[in-house]
Amino acid sequence: MPAITAEGLVKIYRSRHSEVHALDGVDLVVEEGTVLGLLGPNGAGKTTMVRILTTLLRPDAGHATVAGFDIVREAQQLRSVIGLSGQYAAVDENLTARENLWMFGRLYQLNSAESRKRAGELLEQFDLIDAADRVVKTYSGGMRRRLDLASALIGRPRLLFLDEPTYLEEADELADTIAVIDRGKVIARGTADELKSQVGGERIEVVVHDRAALDRAEEILARDGSGQWVLDEHTRKLTVPATGGAGKLIEIVRDLGDAGIAIDDIALRRPTLDDVFLALTGRASSGDDEAAA
Amino acid sequence: MNRTFTDTAVITWRNLKRIPRIPELAIFAILQSIMFVVLFAFVFGGAIPLPNGGNYREYLMPGIFAQTIVFAAATTAVGMRDDLNKGLLDRFRSLPMARPAVLIGRIAADVTYNAGILVVLMASGYVVGWRVNTGLPELLAGVGLLLLFALAMTAIGVWLGLVVPSVEVAQQVSFTVLFPITFLSNVFVPPQSLPSWLQPVAEWNPVSTLTAATRDLWGNPNPYVGSGLPGQQPALVTVLWVIVILAVFLPMGVRRYRNMSR
Repeated sequence: MPAITAEGLVKIYRSRHSEVHALDGVDLVVEEGTVLGLLGPNGAGKTTMVRILTTLLRPDAGHATVAGFDIVREAQQLRSVIGLSGQYAAVDENLTARENLWMFGRLYQLNSAESRKRAGELLEQFDLIDAADRVVKTYSGGMRRRLDLASALIGRPRLLFLDEPTYLEEADELADTIAVIDRGKVIARGTADELKSQVGGERIEVVVHDRAALDRAEEILARDGSGQWVLDEHTRKLTVPATGGAGKLIEIVRDLGDAGIAIDDIALRRPTLDDVFLALTGRASSGDDEAAA
Repeated sequence: MNRTFTDTAVITWRNLKRIPRIPELAIFAILQSIMFVVLFAFVFGGAIPLPNGGNYREYLMPGIFAQTIVFAAATTAVGMRDDLNKGLLDRFRSLPMARPAVLIGRIAADVTYNAGILVVLMASGYVVGWRVNTGLPELLAGVGLLLLFALAMTAIGVWLGLVVPSVEVAQQVSFTVLFPITFLSNVFVPPQSLPSWLQPVAEWNPVSTLTAATRDLWGNPNPYVGSGLPGQQPALVTVLWVIVILAVFLPMGVRRYRNMSR
């Protein structure tokens, strides 16, 4: 059973003068035991998506299940298997960390003893044990975030939703798969590697030592490469799209050597997630992460 | 049902914890009321003679109690809004808890809080010469009426807190609306001194009927008795007000809370 299924989710925010289609028909399937990174520019619909899947918002159209529970009809069962950590640390500032965790545990329907035990475990795990009995108001931002995350884990959820700003490198490392969302639609989906090759594949960059040898180097790249080369005059750097990875790199090094062309540097370059993002949306990313476990 | 009960208890506990953790809130709430006592008992009081020579401080204190209870709405609205802003309402809504518990727990805690404030104020009143001249049952009946009214005011506060855009606005709205209501009443001055078109307003004002009812119950001076229903049956009119307020604002607050998922 997939952890998350979504079909044609639509959410429209209406005000007197405007209509914003926050979600405009989102389809998504996330397998159990995987981490999905939901990335997109500001206002792309990431938070709306998380809020709908965690039952905080109702969609205007479409349907979705989380852990097999319908987000509208079975909202209460759904809530007992998820943990949510939102954009700000949603903890009670006037309680201690231990009291916060105990409270959330109770509201998660653990009994008082279980709740206390689980709170103790999490305080240990999140390195909050020394500050456990201090009022949260005195906590630093980082400590609050840790407590917030611990609160999301109090009921040992099967799915964890994290709605927070994430760096692309983090997403690249943590997420098994990535969905890129823009203007309320999922515009790309796959592993980081799949998305990268989808966007433009690999390129080979050569920095030629002697400006006079540029012409001959261009000829070789035109022959060996799989597309039009580009020259950066200033740095004497030639870039050419190339398929064939490391093998192609070796071939170009050999051909340049045979032609007696000295090089300062040569590299096989893969696109980063930043490149992917820019190519797909035309905007820089501000990612949010949604994780399913 | 069991879930609703335990979750409400947890939320109430959490709301009450705030009182010892931010003692300034309660201290200034009490100081504000005591300031009114001092202001009116010692500054303006001399200029407000009561017919039949009643004791102005005995006359004043029930009004101060009522005024304090009216401000329960502000406390609730601010607390509610604060929870919403800090993302706590979202967290509660994402938990498998009984949904009404958040609202009931807020109301229960705030009524309890006001009961505590009332006890301190009554002790202060005793110091400046206010007395209950009847008996314990009347004392308890009066306190019951005040707390019933506190319940109505917290119901308004729940709705208000969910409607206003920020804590500051919650505060501002409460004070701009509540201050005139407490002054357009029999709390500090005889309503007969008002312009004639305002007199019915002051007479039917629940703050007036609540004050008049407790004055009657405790044998405190209540010299300005109108001939209408609110003058003759202030306790009854107060209870009717409570029912009307609850019937209007409770569903509005609940609907507002539900519609957060719109």
